[in-house]
Amino acid sequence: MKVTMTVNGESVTGEVEPRLLLVHFIRDNLGLTGTHWGCDTSNCGTCVLWMDGKPVKSCTVLAVMADGREVRTVEDLEGAAGLDPVQEGFMQEHGLQCGFCTPGMMMTARWLLDRSPDPTEAEIREAISGQICRCTGYENIVRAVRWAATHQPQGAVQ
Amino acid sequence: MTSVAAAPTSPAGNPIGFGRMLRKEDARFLRGKGKYLDDIQLPGMLYGAILRSPHAHARIVSIDTSLAEAHPKVRAVITGKILESLKLAWMPTLSHDVQAVLATDKVRFFGQEVAFVVAEDRYSARDALELIAVEYEPLDAVVDARRALDPGAPVIRDDIEGKRDNHIFDWEAGDRQATDRVFAGADVVVAQDMLYPRVHPAPMETCGSIAWMDKVSGQLTAWSTTQAPHAHRTLYALVAGIPEHKVRIISPDIGGGFGNKVGIYPGYVLAVVGSIVTGRPVKWVEDRSENLTSTSFARDYHMHGEIAATKEGRILGLRVKVLADHGAFNGTAQPTKFPAGFFHIFPGSYDLEAAHCEVTGVYTNKAPGGVAYACSFRITEAVYLVERMVEVLADELKVDPAALRRQNLLRPEQFPYVNKTGWEYDSGDYRRTLDLALEKADYEGLRKRQEEGRRRWREAGGSPEHPEAGGEHLMGIGLSFFTEGVGAGPKKHMDILGLGMADGCELRVHPTGKGQLRLSVQTQGQGHETTFAQIVSHELGIPPEDIEVIHGDTDNTPFGLGTYGSRSTPVSGAAAAVVARRVRDKARIVAAAALECSTEDLEWELGRWQVKGDPGKGKTIQEIAMLAHGTLELPDGVEGHLDASVVYDPPNLTYPYGAYICVVDLDPGTGKVTVERFIAVDDCGPRVNPMIVEGQVHGGLADGVGMALMEVIAFDESGVCMGSSFMDYLLPTSMECPSWELGETVTPSPHHPLGLKGVGESATVGSPPAVVNAVIDALEPFGVRHADMPLTPAQVWLAMRGRPQRTDIVAS
Amino acid sequence: MQTPAPFEYSRASSVESALALLERYGPDTRLIAGGHSLLPMMKLRLARPERLVDINDIPDLDHIRLDGGEIAIGAMARHADLLASPLLGRNLPIFADAERVIADPIVRNRGTIGGSLCQGDPAEDLAAVVCALGAELVVRSSGGSRRVPAREFYQGPFETVLGPSEMLTEVRIPLRPGQGSAYEKVERRTGDWAVAAVGCCVTLDGDRISQVGIGLAAVNARQFAAPEAEARLMGRPPSSDDLATAAQLAAEHSRPQTDQRGPQEYKRYLVAELTKRSLVRAVDRARAGGLGA
Repeated sequence: MKVTMTVNGESVTGEVEPRLLLVHFIRDNLGLTGTHWGCDTSNCGTCVLWMDGKPVKSCTVLAVMADGREVRTVEDLEGAAGLDPVQEGFMQEHGLQCGFCTPGMMMTARWLLDRSPDPTEAEIREAISGQICRCTGYENIVRAVRWAATHQPQGAVQ
Repeated sequence: MTSVAAAPTSPAGNPIGFGRMLRKEDARFLRGKGKYLDDIQLPGMLYGAILRSPHAHARIVSIDTSLAEAHPKVRAVITGKILESLKLAWMPTLSHDVQAVLATDKVRFFGQEVAFVVAEDRYSARDALELIAVEYEPLDAVVDARRALDPGAPVIRDDIEGKRDNHIFDWEAGDRQATDRVFAGADVVVAQDMLYPRVHPAPMETCGSIAWMDKVSGQLTAWSTTQAPHAHRTLYALVAGIPEHKVRIISPDIGGGFGNKVGIYPGYVLAVVGSIVTGRPVKWVEDRSENLTSTSFARDYHMHGEIAATKEGRILGLRVKVLADHGAFNGTAQPTKFPAGFFHIFPGSYDLEAAHCEVTGVYTNKAPGGVAYACSFRITEAVYLVERMVEVLADELKVDPAALRRQNLLRPEQFPYVNKTGWEYDSGDYRRTLDLALEKADYEGLRKRQEEGRRRWREAGGSPEHPEAGGEHLMGIGLSFFTEGVGAGPKKHMDILGLGMADGCELRVHPTGKGQLRLSVQTQGQGHETTFAQIVSHELGIPPEDIEVIHGDTDNTPFGLGTYGSRSTPVSGAAAAVVARRVRDKARIVAAAALECSTEDLEWELGRWQVKGDPGKGKTIQEIAMLAHGTLELPDGVEGHLDASVVYDPPNLTYPYGAYICVVDLDPGTGKVTVERFIAVDDCGPRVNPMIVEGQVHGGLADGVGMALMEVIAFDESGVCMGSSFMDYLLPTSMECPSWELGETVTPSPHHPLGLKGVGESATVGSPPAVVNAVIDALEPFGVRHADMPLTPAQVWLAMRGRPQRTDIVAS
Repeated sequence: MQTPAPFEYSRASSVESALALLERYGPDTRLIAGGHSLLPMMKLRLARPERLVDINDIPDLDHIRLDGGEIAIGAMARHADLLASPLLGRNLPIFADAERVIADPIVRNRGTIGGSLCQGDPAEDLAAVVCALGAELVVRSSGGSRRVPAREFYQGPFETVLGPSEMLTEVRIPLRPGQGSAYEKVERRTGDWAVAAVGCCVTLDGDRISQVGIGLAAVNARQFAAPEAEARLMGRPPSSDDLATAAQLAAEHSRPQTDQRGPQEYKRYLVAELTKRSLVRAVDRARAGGLGA
């Protein structure tokens, strides 16, 4: 089947089997390997990206289901003005170690901050509770999101 | 704070030397530009998939691959028979056993590799697995390790000539007679059975490999998720018979290892065979179920501990019997002189008179492995044993467990201390660390609050018969004090298949004063690219941003056995310091030649050799680098350039330690436990990068919460793995982890060039007993002395009723 | 990574087109909404539909609104919508209680109430919720629509009364003055399926219980409900003795099975304890005017 979707602001088209998972389309067909996968059961959250403005687990979405929709991945976080404050926060607060869960965590963090610019620690923990990190014990991820919350770029649109 | 003075700052704002520095590797990870194994695509690459056994123990009657071979996208189907003809059906393990690459005669565990399909894409490879027909004749399985040695138990390893039982080894350490004497004369002896259940490291990235056998050149290149690329190269040469100089192992970015990525798995070998057969690169990446059911598990120690003490609470001795479940093949990856790894460090942090352990290893119809998950070669089990036994003793003596520990901890003047099983602890000031943890936790205050809570619970009607009455919760406070032994290891004590554990390291300083450091160890998230640059910076004064750390490619790095057992900083960290000092010594000769003075006239001031008494006259390391590559005449016998290499053989292990306190909340109406606080004071010597050290501790503490409360690889009675996906192998989320409270003391290692001790596994080793002790403490009103991990709501509920259950076997 | 077996795919733009596709392609066709129940089963190859009909494009099926004395929830309302809905928060706090402990925020962005209910998983929290609430499920086919009481919707584990060419389109819940509701769940870990879970809805008429529903998840209760316990409470004041007795009845009539989440006796105990806790909270909320506590 032919699918067309907007990925990181650009229209892309591909010929896919209906069963192709979105995560494979993004990684294997488009070469955007920043989005990872880590399980088969929608539990780990390393595959989180945005579809139509909301974070979803892309291992549990078919590429054909994303036809006509907008997808945003970690590769789109950095803008012309530099790193997203979330990216900067993850670096400043050592919110990543092996880096495998990081893209998914950051995509969720960005979404959280867009909706709730000054989240509490509890809200951050809740927001990332469907994503597993084996390295950081979550502490520095929470701090990273707090860092981003207190370093929003001037004039940032909520 | 560390004992190291604050380092000066580089132009980029980084410390020249030790101190908090943001990680160099983050730049790519933050942008989604890391390069992990499954990110790699090669031209013409094929995909492999493994058909696995649905039985724990069964004879293979027949395998029909004809339908799979007829699939239009399938390029090869490989069975054990085919491997047998290539003499590749079996491969050596790291523990002098063999493991089936693909089953030939029997399958011996649920999930064992039976056939391998190579296809044009990963979906077709999976489809073809369904087209393979295997006829099995099911056999009785050995699922309960405690029945493995029963007369008449099914013999799992009938492939081993003359094998009539499931026994692997008996091994002991310590002084049996002395220990028996101490026990005979003790006022108090307490015994406790405990299981450290099978768990799995489960890194977020599963294991995999891409093999490319170039038939023209005879070169094998394997991109593998490996923590030990050089060890893999040598083993590939030994297993597949490929000349070692034609084998190149590349370890790309690794999405977490924790010991899961030390060994060689059948899938890696199959990718090589697939590439040989098809002439194309073959990628094999396991899915999560394959990861959990077939690759290296951890623990699975059934322990019987006894502790002897005076009635005043002086601990006299420890006696331990262990039944070790090694699964269907003895595939532990650890220095083989000790079949139980470093378990015999179980006397722990205490001043005992005698100790003795016996360990019996058995085969069962379960996946092979046994040493993984940041365990420091079984020190995790040892620490759990001793820290539970001390708690059991405190319960028996009705004394405060903190006071009991404090009374028995080794004292600073006893170091270096040879413990009763022969380990020489390098340095320690244990009471100081414990006292700091108690102070940070407000231990006295916690105990008061706990007592008040228990009173409220009783007043609301709470009792062992009616734990839920009144809805009041109960607090539990748990301690652990652990001594780690890391940095394997001295060649005189340790090897892996005859390979010594010394680490090579090379440093080249280029003409403009920028350097490259080549390491044998392999980061999996520990931040080597930053930490090792800081070590060189500390020794040479070159800014850390000017040092590039190169690792993960056997063609470009010196030999060494890799990263596990928290060995990178203790071994390769020392190597990096020594190699930098060699460069510094050479720089001194170059500087003396340039300054036309004797080397004796020069003194080192960070980043600069200068004339004693005339500090204005000198050469910076950058100037020296240019001179060393230039036309300057050097003394006879001194070669140009500014390079050095070293092979570092550690004289001893290092012994980091720590005091941990966990505070839990128990809902007695449901058995649900919540970790409220966790205080961790670690002493790992000086901290090269405190930010990274704290991150390492954070991760290990989460591991401890996971193992203590939710993680377990259990089996049903027929041997089917019950933890085969993340729906049932539960890892802690952000909701189960509290905000960690850390502290530090600094006691340098006397034998490490920088005093560093390593910290990668400290928290994973030290935290599980603290959590378990806290839960058992919360259950004090119910008279509970012990319950096995994981302390799920069900297990806690059963413990409250005096009948905690086995957690390794699930009734179906 | 595990991958599904091949299948065909169609997209429906309306309920009518979805029903037409179901009719055209026959019983091995499955509707897909959020996909979080179906796709993992397909990856494990435990489910192998021949065709999927994607209903995510159908407009106006994700409503949560007041409609003639009932709250009407469209089948495509996502879990996150249910959790965030002020209307549900005010009137039926059992939804927020349950949604907070269903899966995780990312899955809740995608999963739908319709998908969850139609999967018929015995541990499904929302099945217990709608059965506690006495909801009716609106089922459409090309021949028209019918309303099925939630408790009659389920015929067994993973089995519903939906015919091959039928589609659940809406959940309708009666609103009563003096209603209070709550949900209590014990899970091994955040995001896990329940060890046991209980939802209650209590309507007070003065000081007497005029209506009560108790829904049970993960304990193999017939129709996800505890009718014996409900009968014990009807028409009487909510005394703590009565609540305790009802909780015991709910436990006695549940049929949990031993598994990795715990032994049968523990789960049965939990039914009693969680029934008591959720009844107490539901009564408190009813007295407070139905507001979430």
